[in-house]
Amino acid sequence: MNGHGIAAIYRFEMARWKRTLWQSLITPVITTALYFVVFGSALGSRMSTMDGVSFAAFIVPGLTLLSVFMQSIFNASFGIYFPKFTGTIYELLSAPISSFEAVLAYVGAAVTKSVILALVTIATATIFVPVHINHPIAMILFLVGISAGFCLFGFAIGVWAQNFEQLQIIPMLIITPLTFLGGAFYSVKALHDPFRTITLFNPIVHVISGFRWSFYSVADVPVWSSVLVTLAIIAGCMAVIAWMFRTGYRLKQ
Amino acid sequence: MSDPILSIRGLRKTYGTGVDALKSVDLDIRRGEIFALLGPNGAGKTTLINIVCGIVTPSSGEVLVDGRNWQSNYRYARERIGLVPQELTTEAFESVWNTVSFSRGLFGRPRNNAYIEDILKRLSLFDKCNSEMRFLSGGMKRRAMIAKALSHEPAILFLDEPTAGVDVELRRDMWDLVRKLRADGTTIILTTHYIEEAEEMADRVGVISKGELIAVDEKHDLMAKMGKKTLDIVLAEPLASVPPELSEWNVELGDNGHQLTYQFDSHAERTGIASLMRRLSDLGITYKDLSTHQSSLEEIFVELVHGGSK
Repeated sequence: MNGHGIAAIYRFEMARWKRTLWQSLITPVITTALYFVVFGSALGSRMSTMDGVSFAAFIVPGLTLLSVFMQSIFNASFGIYFPKFTGTIYELLSAPISSFEAVLAYVGAAVTKSVILALVTIATATIFVPVHINHPIAMILFLVGISAGFCLFGFAIGVWAQNFEQLQIIPMLIITPLTFLGGAFYSVKALHDPFRTITLFNPIVHVISGFRWSFYSVADVPVWSSVLVTLAIIAGCMAVIAWMFRTGYRLKQ
Repeated sequence: MSDPILSIRGLRKTYGTGVDALKSVDLDIRRGEIFALLGPNGAGKTTLINIVCGIVTPSSGEVLVDGRNWQSNYRYARERIGLVPQELTTEAFESVWNTVSFSRGLFGRPRNNAYIEDILKRLSLFDKCNSEMRFLSGGMKRRAMIAKALSHEPAILFLDEPTAGVDVELRRDMWDLVRKLRADGTTIILTTHYIEEAEEMADRVGVISKGELIAVDEKHDLMAKMGKKTLDIVLAEPLASVPPELSEWNVELGDNGHQLTYQFDSHAERTGIASLMRRLSDLGITYKDLSTHQSSLEEIFVELVHGGSK
């Protein structure tokens, strides 16, 4: 195990994050806080409760995850794409570090950033809306698991991408719509069939539902389903990344 | 050769485009030597280095680092190898100190500030250790990349075009540094376009062309074997043509009939010079100057690479 190598990449990635703190932490927190202000404080009082939870509080887990999805993907994809773009990837490829160790370091740093972002976002939300966390340990476990899954997804995108446009396409065109249609602002139970059934094929519904359950003990799908989908995202992305490293896909000639 | 530090056997690389970059290269690198790999652009020098360093996957063949396969023992192999690539690829926003420290950690070495400080001082970079890489000149970036490659104390150092784009003074400094590294026991393999560089520093020279290693030898032996010596005779009176009596020396007439050139083997028992001079005297051909010329490594390189196509 190359512990010094893992630590070096982790420190390097965290240093990069600190250099861009406005972009990677403060901006998404302010953006999400504006959602809380507009949809929660301003409009929330005019809306009915969702599953017995005030609308303002109901949207906090979903909006927090929307921010986590985006930053997880951007941070992890940029972390591996930028060395490919600048050519400094040669150093990683020639280092005595296994692909597992490299992924652990890059994704570990990206998960750290996402968890910090989520906690700061939730803390900010408490200023505007009443937030309760009924299952704090489950909330942390869901947060770490979801962050890990989407950071791994972002890492795979970073290896796959051949230009900056490709880096943006999947989070903007796929993840954002799936999140908006995945119960970030509403309970899936409120939908009529066939839309409700179709929506349940969206994995993000399960992820948001589990995370929201850890706050208010209300869920659109069983908690075990949320756990399974989260683990499936992690396992699926790990399998893709393992294949990428084994074959050298878009990493080696 | 006993106990090579690096053995390359039957290394081939065909890229996805169908280009045969390497065609079964065999090469042994001796422990502690400076080996210069010469070749024109696209000859396969960088591909060879990148395969050894793990950046490019070979089509077939094997590399042994200290006797161990470089893929099945990749940690062992890579800990012993440092690479300074041809391109100046650096983390623009990192400081010199941080980027060199990062490389040391990445290659599995614990923090050692004294060692990093020593490298930066040896490379005249210590006063820039807090500067971001993007603010360094090209020459300084090149030195920073050498510092990164040396940060984990490798036994083998690959320098891919180390002095490309650096000024003459810095080039001399780099040569001194390379000699010091060799004196410390580091084996150095460098590719260069500057024949003068190989002539100045290398113990052995390999010439690669179109993916094939066409010559490997001690620098001096290569120059002795392949190098030609010529005798230029400046005539007092021009000749219209080479007299048939001089045909056995195969001399050439040049400079509008004012110069005879005779090519000879300086290591042969009889160079033929004395008999040629006697024959010139017999024929009444007078001369006013004599000079000899030894082929440079550059001329040998051109002959090796382009000789077959002439």
